[in-house]
Amino acid sequence: MAPSFEQLDPETEYEDDEEIDFSDLREQFETNMEEGLDTFIVIDGLPKVPAANKEKLVKFLLRSLTKVGKTKEENVYMPMGDDGVSEGFAFVEYETPAQAAAAVKALHATPLDKKHTMAVNKLTDIERYGREGRIDENYNPPEIPAFEEKEHLRWWLGDAEGRDQFVMYRGDNVGVYWNERDGQPEPIVDRQHWTESFVQWSPKGTYLTSMHNQGVQLWGGQNWSRQKRFMHPGVNLVDFSPDERFLTTWSHKPMEISEGNPVLSLEEDGKNYIIWDIATAKPLRSFVTLDAPGPTLDPEGNPVKKKIQWPAFKWSADAKYVARMNYKQGISVYELPSMRLMDKASVKIEGIEDFEWCPSNPQREGKRDYEQLFCYWTPEMGSNPAKVGLMSIPSKEIVRTRNLFNVSDAKLHWQSESAFVCVKVDRHSKSKKSHATNLEIFRVKEKGVPVEVVDDIKETVVNFAWEPKGDRFVLITAGEAVAGAAVGPKTSVAFFCPEKAKGNAVGNFKHIRTVDKKNNNAIHWSPNGRFVVVATVLNQQSFDLDFYDFDFEGEKEEKDKDLTANLQLMATADHYGLTDIEWDPSGRFVATSASVWKHRMENGYHLYSFSGQLLREEPIEQFKQWAWRPRPERLLSKEEMKNVRKNLREYSRQFEEADLAKRSSADKAVIEARRRQLDEWLAWRERVQADLAEERHDLGLPDLSDEQRALVVDDDGDESKVVEEIFEEILEESEEVIE
Amino acid sequence: MRPILLQGHERALTQVKFSKEGDLIFSVSKDHIICAWYSANGERFGAYKAHQGALWTVDVDPTTTLLASGGADNTIRLWEVKTGKLLKTWEYGTAIKRVEFSEDGRQLLGVTEKRAGQLSTIIVYDINQDPEGQQPNEHSLRIVVDDIPKVTVAGFSYLTKYIISGHEDGSVTQYDAKTGEELKHTYPHEEGSLVTDLQWSSDRTYFITASKDKTAKLIDATTLDVLKTYVTDTPLNSAAITPEPTNYVILGGGQAAMDVTTTSARQGKFEARFYHKIFEEEVGRVRGHFGPLNYVAVDPTGKCYCSGGEDGYVRVHHFDPPYFDFKFEVEREQERR
Repeated sequence: MAPSFEQLDPETEYEDDEEIDFSDLREQFETNMEEGLDTFIVIDGLPKVPAANKEKLVKFLLRSLTKVGKTKEENVYMPMGDDGVSEGFAFVEYETPAQAAAAVKALHATPLDKKHTMAVNKLTDIERYGREGRIDENYNPPEIPAFEEKEHLRWWLGDAEGRDQFVMYRGDNVGVYWNERDGQPEPIVDRQHWTESFVQWSPKGTYLTSMHNQGVQLWGGQNWSRQKRFMHPGVNLVDFSPDERFLTTWSHKPMEISEGNPVLSLEEDGKNYIIWDIATAKPLRSFVTLDAPGPTLDPEGNPVKKKIQWPAFKWSADAKYVARMNYKQGISVYELPSMRLMDKASVKIEGIEDFEWCPSNPQREGKRDYEQLFCYWTPEMGSNPAKVGLMSIPSKEIVRTRNLFNVSDAKLHWQSESAFVCVKVDRHSKSKKSHATNLEIFRVKEKGVPVEVVDDIKETVVNFAWEPKGDRFVLITAGEAVAGAAVGPKTSVAFFCPEKAKGNAVGNFKHIRTVDKKNNNAIHWSPNGRFVVVATVLNQQSFDLDFYDFDFEGEKEEKDKDLTANLQLMATADHYGLTDIEWDPSGRFVATSASVWKHRMENGYHLYSFSGQLLREEPIEQFKQWAWRPRPERLLSKEEMKNVRKNLREYSRQFEEADLAKRSSADKAVIEARRRQLDEWLAWRERVQADLAEERHDLGLPDLSDEQRALVVDDDGDESKVVEEIFEEILEESEEVIE
Repeated sequence: MRPILLQGHERALTQVKFSKEGDLIFSVSKDHIICAWYSANGERFGAYKAHQGALWTVDVDPTTTLLASGGADNTIRLWEVKTGKLLKTWEYGTAIKRVEFSEDGRQLLGVTEKRAGQLSTIIVYDINQDPEGQQPNEHSLRIVVDDIPKVTVAGFSYLTKYIISGHEDGSVTQYDAKTGEELKHTYPHEEGSLVTDLQWSSDRTYFITASKDKTAKLIDATTLDVLKTYVTDTPLNSAAITPEPTNYVILGGGQAAMDVTTTSARQGKFEARFYHKIFEEEVGRVRGHFGPLNYVAVDPTGKCYCSGGEDGYVRVHHFDPPYFDFKFEVEREQERR
């Protein structure tokens, strides 16, 4: 039973709950291994063949049997019946129990031909479940438990005021709040030791993920009850598929699973990744970490700390595929939910450095069938130029490639609607002395995928971001770093948008403006586009935030008249020690925070409106993390959205009224509270003063104490106080030199 | 108005006090010297020199005739304000952390520090108010604080009825000022957070305590009930109550120098904070010091306040008209009634 906050005894019970209780599962999956037999599997459902064909069949079987583990012909025993025909089953011995387990998992229920489907089980399982007496002679229909209403997992979307939620992790406590525009956030739930390292929302906001040494737990519903748990000893990171159906967990250390684990099998032993089905909470497949090749020791002989690529398993937009790059070799694409390798082979792309799925279903012109796209790049190899390619899945057809020269690095940036992919190419001159950046923008939706090049950038681009759902972008360039300087090089922020074009076409990308001499390093677009925050994070000296509007409604400068943007700096703010910036999912607020994970100075958060107006600042000791609860995609159709936009004035009038009513009732409450406080205070003072006067009177003392009397100015004497002040002023200074 | 900067001390200020008429400011610092200043213009009136160690505390009697001081040289000294003459020296085994006159000036209390086998005590003397007269050698009352953690601050209540003390562990005790009997013991502050200051309202019926737990509390002297709580984001060293008719409290503090990782002034929160006494809301801040504020004091006439900082300066701020005019809507409403 997952604890709701009310049920928790703050001291004891919750402590117990920290140890994830797997006893129910353990009971269900309890295994009692019989020594030595766990390397055996039983294959049933084979065709019945005469002795002459037996060898042929075994050979045929071995082909699939050896794919998952090591075995040989002698280890396959196929009993023959009295009539000289095989019985239709076989025993196979593998080298290790892990291989046997893998075979069961991989081969069970695989078809041999049209008539025969293999049923593969562990011998020990057959023994355990199928032994005499274990199977009831009469058929008992399984009991189907009565339907139980589950909590509504998307209840928070029904908030009458359309508020957003956020989770805040500080000290040992994790709390979820309703965000309020004015006034303090309203707490919803707060639990101590809810997580051991951090918290994370699922991509559509359904679940809150907590991390524990034993595994991962998902929480949700109005009572914040536990929805699912995934056992993964020593788990470090998690990643959801975009549709929240699957989950990847990763631990730095390979898992150590012993036989008899209730959830995980020997197959998972020694693995780092598990991909789970969230609905059933069962593992689909596990993997080991692929280390990027390269030197493991640095020149001084210390082990190199390699950054892991996260996420290594990248989901396609519809979560039909998940793919992992095999550095320099290719990409393994797995199909879901079977987690089988697509076409039983990895896609070979020699030299591949990086790849990125398109973030939403692509709509290429002239392409009717289903497809997903990914973009990849390979560096120069020998006399072959560097290449950027777009590959279509499942056809594995290369849609577009482009050759590039003098490439030192490249980064792939998809636009959120998969309309463009921008490849940021860092190039060096032939002498490798100077560096510059090119942007190669693939127009994915247009016929033939034309590529536009923006190459007038003289410095290296350190950050780039597309406008979500839009076609404009911002980039930050940095000058040459001065060797030995304490501060990094100054940066410039450049803004780009397409030119105006006829019809629905998107014109050529044009530079709007560059803002020089900044220290900015972060670009955060509003989730709905138009507004962008350019900021300096994780910097000792500067910590500024600039709020820009791309569609300023004021006058447009003459030189910008052909552009599809009217850029305007709306506001500038400072947040000392800034480490993180996050837009709320509705694009109304920006939360900036200074986390104790990065430094210990002025930890806490600021909340700004989209236009950069500071709404709230709260210093919080031991502040760790802030995360807005994401929202699922809008359910309104294009028509309906258009309607809303058309009647915006009417809607905003309603909302303003509601805001006003709320504010005035809040104001009223504050005033009421103040009035009460003032009355209480005055009454208390009156009583204390009366008591004091009485006591003084009883003691025969004057009404005022000696020190209070010191303040009384005699009225009768008309001698006024004279304060004499002497001012000295230097009129002249002269210097004489005496010899 | 421009603040007046009193630059006379060479080391950190420890306490600043106004005379009861508000015309003089007495300041003590770790540099062994007591200074007296005119509050109106910041001109120095005089200095009192004889202490052999850092000074922790100073107080002046209601008629501004006598001045008492105490410090790390383990003495309480009594001075004539006008002439600077040293009238009396009492010696102890440990440093004196606090001295205070009763509201009638007839009694003086001192707090001795607990150190090296010496218990923390509160000692009371009956003072001869004539500067020419003889001062007693022996205390009239001595409270040994044994079962409660050491005393950090103490003072006399209205009518010299109680002695109230603040302790190292965040607690506050009420003693009978005649017999020294412990009457009440409460924990208004977070347990374990040192009470750093205790200052009175003008009629001494209630007081404010400041603590390292980042809060200041307004407490009833008779019942020790907490009346108001002022929450800040920095450890507090001092808190003062402005005299009526204004209803403010002034809080001072800041990250201790040893806890500050950078030297930037914004880091340390070295500001005097004004809170509304009744509504517990912050109404303003005054910047200027570049070290923690060790003490804030309000002119008993309510015209100005001063603060003494770890940076060695005393800043005297005279209030501008808006300070006196500012009222919450409900206060105006109350006045109209």
